[in-house]
Amino acid sequence: MHTDIPLDEGYLNMDLLRFTTAGSVDDGKSTLIGRLLYDSKNTFDDQMEAVEATSKKRGDEHVNLALLTDGLRAEREQGITIDVAYRYFATPKRKFIIADTPGHIQYTRNMVTGASTANLAIILVDARTGVIEQTCRHAFIADLLRIRHVILAVNKMDLVEYSQERFNEIAEEFKRFSSRLDNIVGMTAIPISALHGDNVVEKSAKMPWYEGPTMLYHLETVYIGSDNNHVDARFPVQWVIRPHSDEYHDFRGYAGRVAGGVFRPGDEVVVQPSGFSTRIKTVESFEGPIPAAFAPLSCTITLEDEIDISRGDMITKVNNPPKKDQEIEAMICWFSETTNLSPNAKFYLRHTTKEVKALIKDVRYKVNINTLHKIEGDKVMGLNEIGRISLRTSAPLVFDSYHRNRNTGSFILIDAQTNETVAAGMIL
Amino acid sequence: MEEERTTYQVNHLAQLESEAIYVLRETAAQFERPALLFSGGKDSIVMAHLARKAFHPARIPFPLLHVDTGHNFQETLDFRDSFVEDLRATLVVAYVQDSIEQGRAQEEKGPLASRNGLQIVTLLDAIENNQFDACLGGARRDEEKARAKERFFSHRDDFGQWDPKNQRPELWNIFNGRKHHGEHFRVFPLSNWTEMDVWQYIKSEGIELPNLYFSHRREIVHRNGAMLATSEVVVPQPGERVETNAIVRFRTIGDMTCTGAVYSDASDLEAIIYEVATARQTERGARADDKRSETAMEDRKREGYF
Repeated sequence: MHTDIPLDEGYLNMDLLRFTTAGSVDDGKSTLIGRLLYDSKNTFDDQMEAVEATSKKRGDEHVNLALLTDGLRAEREQGITIDVAYRYFATPKRKFIIADTPGHIQYTRNMVTGASTANLAIILVDARTGVIEQTCRHAFIADLLRIRHVILAVNKMDLVEYSQERFNEIAEEFKRFSSRLDNIVGMTAIPISALHGDNVVEKSAKMPWYEGPTMLYHLETVYIGSDNNHVDARFPVQWVIRPHSDEYHDFRGYAGRVAGGVFRPGDEVVVQPSGFSTRIKTVESFEGPIPAAFAPLSCTITLEDEIDISRGDMITKVNNPPKKDQEIEAMICWFSETTNLSPNAKFYLRHTTKEVKALIKDVRYKVNINTLHKIEGDKVMGLNEIGRISLRTSAPLVFDSYHRNRNTGSFILIDAQTNETVAAGMIL
Repeated sequence: MEEERTTYQVNHLAQLESEAIYVLRETAAQFERPALLFSGGKDSIVMAHLARKAFHPARIPFPLLHVDTGHNFQETLDFRDSFVEDLRATLVVAYVQDSIEQGRAQEEKGPLASRNGLQIVTLLDAIENNQFDACLGGARRDEEKARAKERFFSHRDDFGQWDPKNQRPELWNIFNGRKHHGEHFRVFPLSNWTEMDVWQYIKSEGIELPNLYFSHRREIVHRNGAMLATSEVVVPQPGERVETNAIVRFRTIGDMTCTGAVYSDASDLEAIIYEVATARQTERGARADDKRSETAMEDRKREGYF
């Protein structure tokens, strides 16, 4: 990738923001996304024709923008969202990836999935009902997955006469709750009507008292550059490149994606878990050697000395070393509909590019995700439950806390019989 | 840190490229016999280009698989052969014609017949015969509503079927490619790319494309709201409107019987990017195969389509 490509009205050189949306069934989440797409001119005529035709067929009063986001047959028939769907739109300032997830409690795992790659979460509330249990659950999950930026979208302002008092009341209540969460550094409350388009893309004429940004403006301008860790050098080796050709006879490159920090030729590095050290010879790309690689770039690293390195190893530096241990403490969300998690269960554990076996030692507590209270003594976790566990791995993991680095602090558990992904884990 | 943070910003194309390369390498590492589905269309060309970058300076460690309906544009085939030679890659071709002759696939009857659906049989046979355990596809989530729910690593049962309501959750960038014997995966490195991203990337990387993507003159026939190139497999029927010298280009390239042209005088990448930015129809809006019903793509995907 050439980073010096000429700017074409900004279109070639945009920044990327990933966000997730959470709301209860009738909070108007699909309508909001449809509104964002429609008002930012990211819908097409054939899509709109299909939506208008379906709206008419169903007897909807307005053109139902929510239909823009319904994908599967069952969803169209039942008017619900089943799974995580990904949407894309762009403005001249930014490209956006939306992880659109259903908000009901039975879909907690989908919310966790959508949140795992997001920089920002939009949490919707209905202005008539305000902050409810679900709102707190959504905020808790955003925080658990270390989403730094949250927009509280107070929707359906048209149904409360666009009342400033009502909006302030809800925003205050949410702030009181979210101040108990650690990871959220920026919270912005915006009064909107997704149905009529107020403060979504266009500033609302009905709420002159609101002086903050519209939702799109905020999405376009919120600063997310610090979400990657550029301090702790972490390079999980994905694949060893050995061309076996005359031209590259002795070439041995370690391919991967930088998970943290910066790697430059000449840097002294330590390979984990072996602990051998050497220096970086070159940082390679297809176009040739590059001066530095940092998260989230993919590259290939060659080293001065021949060391036995394979997939699952991690290239790190002397400063800020990662932890290395077989005993892990983590928060997990349990995903399986068919089995429960309990102590002594065994799984495959995937962490960066490494796979090991894991034995669950203890369920320390579960979290009541509506009240945030700890539940102690109950050692069995079922579908959509979140809790803290301890586990032991068959080989040492090289890791950071999830709080410090999302890439090296996350893992999944896989059921050895079904091969299903049964849990998402965040190392403490 | 104030100063450093600006240095470490990468634009959206660099992020998408890095993600796609990561997925390509994961596929090579997690599967024994992957294959890259190559149609000669721009998305599969971009995917093959990314595969070359991912494993450079070694060759791409898996073959390219082309499912040939027998109804290809000659330009596509010519392009495919020179592209594969340039990549020094291995090409495997599976012919729909063979499936028909073996009685494995039934050809649609009539002048409006399409072999698009038959590709499913040929593809699944090719996967089984070559024991491929992962097929890399160039599909993007922005293309179609059923594809919006697709995973990067998409599990297929031993009948090759997709079960959209029972997909594995996909968190962070940790991909679970574990499977039982006989099952396989479809892997989509371009999941997060949009049509615009693909075109911008083609431009910034200087990737060569078949001429069909650029404005040219050809004879077309209007059929079911689409403009099809006339050929021995697309013969104008009585009452259909034919234009002998239309100025058109193709936004997608697939089987000739269902790939519609659009009027366009966009003859270079600049012009195409401008056209895409101002387009009022979706890219697949010209695809007759998606117009068969509202959930046509979902239905074909369930059965094993790309």
